[in-house]
Amino acid sequence: MDSALIPEGVKRCSLGRFSVWILALTAILLWGVIAMLLCWFKGLNQTNMNDAYGFALWIWADLAVIALGGGAFFTGFLKYIVGKDELKNIINYAVIIGVICYTSALLLLAIDVGQPLRSWFIFWHANVHSMLTEVAFCLSCYLVVLIIEFLPLLFENPKLDKKPFLRHLSHNMHEIMAVFAATGAFLSFFHQGSLGGVAGVLFGRPFAFREGVFIWPWTFFLFTWSAAACGPCFTILITRLTEKVTNKKLVKDNVVDLLAKISGWMLGTYIIAKIFDTWYWAAYTLPKQGFSLIDFYSNNPFYGIWILVAEIVICGIIPAAILISSGGRKNKRLFMTAIILAVIGVCINRWVMVLQTMAAPVMTFEGWFMYYPSWQEVATTILPVAYGAIFISFAYRYLPIFPQERELNPID
Amino acid sequence: MSKGSKHKVKKFGMVIDLDKCTGCGACMVACMSENNVPFKENESKKLDSITWMRVYKLENGKSFPEADICFLPRPCMHCEGDRGHAPCVSVCPAIATDYDHNTGIVSQIYTRCFGCRYCMAACPYHARYFNWRDPVWPEGMEKFLNPNVSPRMRGVVEKCSFCHHRYQLALDKAYAEGRDKIEEDEYQTACAHACPANAITFGDLNNKKHSVYRLKKNPNTFRLLERLGTNPKVYYHSSREWVRRAGDNYLKHEAAKA
Repeated sequence: MDSALIPEGVKRCSLGRFSVWILALTAILLWGVIAMLLCWFKGLNQTNMNDAYGFALWIWADLAVIALGGGAFFTGFLKYIVGKDELKNIINYAVIIGVICYTSALLLLAIDVGQPLRSWFIFWHANVHSMLTEVAFCLSCYLVVLIIEFLPLLFENPKLDKKPFLRHLSHNMHEIMAVFAATGAFLSFFHQGSLGGVAGVLFGRPFAFREGVFIWPWTFFLFTWSAAACGPCFTILITRLTEKVTNKKLVKDNVVDLLAKISGWMLGTYIIAKIFDTWYWAAYTLPKQGFSLIDFYSNNPFYGIWILVAEIVICGIIPAAILISSGGRKNKRLFMTAIILAVIGVCINRWVMVLQTMAAPVMTFEGWFMYYPSWQEVATTILPVAYGAIFISFAYRYLPIFPQERELNPID
Repeated sequence: MSKGSKHKVKKFGMVIDLDKCTGCGACMVACMSENNVPFKENESKKLDSITWMRVYKLENGKSFPEADICFLPRPCMHCEGDRGHAPCVSVCPAIATDYDHNTGIVSQIYTRCFGCRYCMAACPYHARYFNWRDPVWPEGMEKFLNPNVSPRMRGVVEKCSFCHHRYQLALDKAYAEGRDKIEEDEYQTACAHACPANAITFGDLNNKKHSVYRLKKNPNTFRLLERLGTNPKVYYHSSREWVRRAGDNYLKHEAAKA
């Protein structure tokens, strides 16, 4: 029934089967939408946030999806600026994942603010000293760039491709895509960094505060670095997941191998910088403020030293070592373990920079603040996952996302 | 102000004598009443209660007969940070909170705030509060709200303003009387007025004639979390060493600030 919309030379499941899949995802989406509406109409009292936890699950999810969506800017940078041409076979998917991640981040932010209708104040009454202002500007601009990067792919839909204007527009946009990729890389450097700066500039919160260069705390650079390292890992993870669901090989191994190798080196160098940052923070920054490292990893029921080990060793050093080594990348099980660990690692980093920062006591006469999210927070955080899966499902069905699909899956 | 009035920068602040504070909570009540602070039907969950002024109970952790307690009232510290870059002011993305260089007061513009709560994350004193719900007062009580203070809507952050409206009223009165200065007792916060033990002293920290100028120089005076560089304008006084030490974080081998 929808065969006219399906790209030529590829096989897709029946419309009935596709509809059932979409309906299942829509049910999850609706659960999130209900929670979202509750938060908008009844207020943030629907959450388990409180005055100690002004930032909680949503801000973590924001930071995490933006880091994971970093695959779009870094893969674009490698393809268009560095000239790694093989990556043209995965760049479309990286862009789609980026669009999903960034629109999700904006949606979560729209739910998270107490007065959503005033959100435009951040642009109109912008405070140039605030990292959040920089985040808002760069993030919005970059989303526009991502949409521009996505449009040519959208216009390649068989139906749209028949319109001469759209076909020519798509062709011409492809020609100048390097300009957008460079713009995207520039904007991403700043907003990924600014998100690190959001935590790093909090000089009243010793757990998050970092010294740095000029106005930028070290977390500024670490966040950009880790997003560039782990974003592509997320792209690979979703690609492999899509292959599993569709039961097809969609991207050749050499493409994934190249992206994984670069990610491995990025992760390896990032983790060295992270170790140095942690050491400097523990040895110099914290003692000046009257704290020692262990103060932030003891006397509470959850945040032990294990979380630091998990972030740096298990989800940092180990996946970096696997991805850097040729043998590690060739062993499928080991490879996927490394990819998953890298993704978890960056999520742990964002978690601690948001939630552990809120949890740790600063005044001597206060204790740790513990928090668990309400179902409304959980549902609204799962909402983007369902939305992303629906977006990908439609994009995969109706757009030629994977240039190698036809070659890898010939139709008899 | 009359023409030709000499402009001098003020720096309003407090000195709270912790040896005098009995923990009666009159300052908290006065503050809530003066500033139209809303309350919940059930106030047992304190983490989302709004208390611009909050009294903490500190213990020295020792057993009888050395056990000792101290009550510590904590308003907004109106941090100066480095040249006005208070922890909360510099992070607000919409300039909804501002450092007034003429008074040293950190203000909150409720109609500008869009509720991102970054300022709350930045404040180490937990002095900032979010309106998690619509402000509702028991029937009839809304008639007794202070007309000089605007109630805040759901979804914005609020905090102690050093009763800034009282400063405005004092200025208006002085202007009407042809004066260009206000006296120390003409601008006092509600908490300072209400304290039965006279533990809270409020005034211009830059004015040698004001009590706070003298009190802040006492060697037993300290500020909370000074080492973080927040540069607060609320000073505390205690003759007890353990109380002074509780004001900041120190490594085990470190001595508290003299």
